[in-house]
Amino acid sequence: MSEVANPSSGDEGVDLTRRHVLKAGGGLSVAFFLIAAGPARAIMNARLQPGDAAAAAADGSPAFAPNAFIRIDTDGTVRLVMANVEMGQGIYTGASMLLAEELGVGLDQIKVEHAPASDELYGNPIFYIQATGGSTSTRGTWKILREAGAVARTMLVAAAAAHWKVDPSTCTAARARVTHSSSGRSLGFGELASAAAKLPQPREVKLKDRKDFALIGKPMRRIDTAGKVNGTTQFGLDVRLPGMKVGTVMACPTFGGRLASVDDRRARVMPGVIDVIRLDNAVAVIGEHFWAAKKGLEALRIEWDRGVNAHLTTDGLRNALAKSSREGTAIVGRQVGSSEPATGKKVESVYELPLLAHAPMEPLNATVSVTPDSCEIWVGTQVAARAQAIAAKVTGLPLKTVKVHNQYIGGGFGRRLEVDSIEQAATIAKHVSYPVKIVWTREEDIRHDYVRPMYYDRIAATLDVDGYPAFWLHRITSASISARWLPPYLRKNGLDPDTVENAEKPPYALPNLRVEWVRHDMPTGLEVGWWRGVGATHNLFVVESFMDELAHAAVRSPLEYRRHLLRDNPRTLAVLNLAAEKIGMGQPLPARRGRGIAVGEAFGCPVCVIVEIDVSAQGAIALRRAVTAVDCGIAVNPNSVEAQMQGGLIFGLSAALHNGITLKDGAIEQSNFHDYRTLRLNEAPAIEVYIVEAADTPGGLGEVGTAVAAPALGNAIFAATGIRVRNLPFDRTSLALSGA
Amino acid sequence: MVTLQINGKAHTADVAPDMPLLWVLRDVIGLTGTKFGCGIAQCGACTVHLDDQAVRSCVLPVGSIGSKAITTIEAIGETAVGKKVQQAWLETEVVQCGYCQSGQIMAATALLTSTPEPSDADIDAAMAGNICRCGTYVRIRAAIKQAATNKLQIMQTLPLAPRDARHE
Repeated sequence: MSEVANPSSGDEGVDLTRRHVLKAGGGLSVAFFLIAAGPARAIMNARLQPGDAAAAAADGSPAFAPNAFIRIDTDGTVRLVMANVEMGQGIYTGASMLLAEELGVGLDQIKVEHAPASDELYGNPIFYIQATGGSTSTRGTWKILREAGAVARTMLVAAAAAHWKVDPSTCTAARARVTHSSSGRSLGFGELASAAAKLPQPREVKLKDRKDFALIGKPMRRIDTAGKVNGTTQFGLDVRLPGMKVGTVMACPTFGGRLASVDDRRARVMPGVIDVIRLDNAVAVIGEHFWAAKKGLEALRIEWDRGVNAHLTTDGLRNALAKSSREGTAIVGRQVGSSEPATGKKVESVYELPLLAHAPMEPLNATVSVTPDSCEIWVGTQVAARAQAIAAKVTGLPLKTVKVHNQYIGGGFGRRLEVDSIEQAATIAKHVSYPVKIVWTREEDIRHDYVRPMYYDRIAATLDVDGYPAFWLHRITSASISARWLPPYLRKNGLDPDTVENAEKPPYALPNLRVEWVRHDMPTGLEVGWWRGVGATHNLFVVESFMDELAHAAVRSPLEYRRHLLRDNPRTLAVLNLAAEKIGMGQPLPARRGRGIAVGEAFGCPVCVIVEIDVSAQGAIALRRAVTAVDCGIAVNPNSVEAQMQGGLIFGLSAALHNGITLKDGAIEQSNFHDYRTLRLNEAPAIEVYIVEAADTPGGLGEVGTAVAAPALGNAIFAATGIRVRNLPFDRTSLALSGA
Repeated sequence: MVTLQINGKAHTADVAPDMPLLWVLRDVIGLTGTKFGCGIAQCGACTVHLDDQAVRSCVLPVGSIGSKAITTIEAIGETAVGKKVQQAWLETEVVQCGYCQSGQIMAATALLTSTPEPSDADIDAAMAGNICRCGTYVRIRAAIKQAATNKLQIMQTLPLAPRDARHE
């Protein structure tokens, strides 16, 4: 879903402003054009929009609100409204830097606010809905937010110049003041706010040259850390309202099942239990506090109608996927050059990737207050306008009476791009006369995730006389997330671009290539959703693992093999060379130690990671070190780039080593962090991050590290042991030395 | 009725003795800095101190606490070690989503209280019970070392400006 901004896609997608969309031609952009042309064409804008007046009125009627992002009060307070939500990726700092750079304020002078729900005012320029995901926040807002800052600054400067009766070009804005250079007179933004608000909005604004940036490109401290080290930051789970009760839920463990009956007699007499609410597929118990609700839930006697998926297993799903791969109708994503040559060494492999849960640290929750004529929701969501819409639907209230108070998010990773838990909470709230906070247990969070799809990939190559791929065939079989989540994203031929992202256009010189997809829907009730790294995480595992297989078949080093195939791709070759140099590739290593390379161009960033591991005689893997080089074009905040690369890698390594959701009787078998493991501090490698800035626009950083983690680890396993593991998570039992 | 000594103050709560401390803190008393992550002592988000020992409040029945002193993230900055740890967390820019960091800071403070100069192995042992899904481990380790040594642990991109610097 990020391909539009990937330079390798050939589409001019990074600054996909309205103008670009209208200009956009064929291929992928058509999908976005269709979204844009629909009735709900929604995209944020640097200038005043029809909905801005109401939004500003609801936001304390600031003296100066020149667009959806900036509010300046007469007392000089500068408030910045954050179009994308903060879930750890550092966007509140990055977005503030973009706005402040042009506005002329310091990061120490601003306050930030969560945006209200509005596709119209905060529509993501890549999705055309209000969404934070796909590593699109910085890429999508890079130009708009700087422009928004410049619009405000231009008006403030004009107000000051008019007051002093001087030429605006003789005035400058910095530190929230406008100064007349020659006379030294100055006025604060607060003093200018009311006058600036009366001026016309400038049509053209000039943005700073890169060399003049004061904030962008400097490693800035995050603006949201103070409250996160002393416990005062409010996450969704921390919301407390007068009269609020707390509920917890259990949905039918089998996907698609329904509630048959529930005996709640024991629960209803338990201390602190207030209500038992029956839903179609779930039961909620509401109590004075979470513990009462949880004890009440445990005391219920529930009968489920498990429905059509009652016998569903992981093996059944895998077999069905494999069958579709063999027999299903493939949609061609991209075909280049000619068909397979008759001669040459052939290499063919099958890779399988499991269902994955997100398991963000903050379990899903939503606090909802429903009255006869309004609904308020306090929730950390990646899609505030969708949260508003689903609550309006559930309660039957007009959209404008539904208010979403977004919150700091304790980890999203794609899970909070869904609104199922918000729909459920609003449904429950409709039945009661008090505000209710619905908190999912960790068990419910894992068992009722919108899981990352499973994939069955067949990939084959025919090598030329020098051992390089003369022909490349990659057939992907999976469900489609976009078909449900963003149907206009599908191409005319029905292909979901997410499924072939980073497979259609590998960075390598591949003269003859065919990439195709077989759609295989999951059984009804088993929903698939976005997971950190989206299409890139899936396809880079397959492509980069297979690239290592080809190097081995050609009896060349994985490094030299890639270098040759990247000879016409200087940005990606550069990150490969940099990472190889920094880790000291080529040094002799002790037995059972290996280094694995993965290269990719994901979310607009050429990236390389090299992972170094030891494999014990028993097959245990110790992650020693990871060196990564990423060309993110412009590193808006290098501090965040480094943090996202570190964290993204660990997220991907966690999944590669430990995570696979399995099903039995149509229900997820895993339930908590003991059987859905995540890397712990003592298991995490040392990580070095090298930043390259070889383009004029920023790439997306939130998922790049995750996307290259698994293939680098798999290739390191092969380097250490000679064993190629093609299924995730990596099975270490096969790595033990015989007799160990 | 249970009476608890929390952050230097006595709190009386009308709850069952088997109720975990976590939910008394969060839902009864209103101290929401201590987080719920798993409910089975697997993730460490709920870590608080009981007489300077790090404990998982999600599985600690309030009836078992007696008169022991409970310290939560809201008050850990009032201790010398806790303040130093919070400061190091800020200096090394540890935080991402921040949800687990209350527990991480409580675990690190307990470590440095008992072991002022921890080795890497000490850090591994003390912090292995605290999961961070954002993957901030590299910086957590650096922050603990900084808190222990008072020596700046340089991140590759560590902002050079002091924390309270003005930005142009």
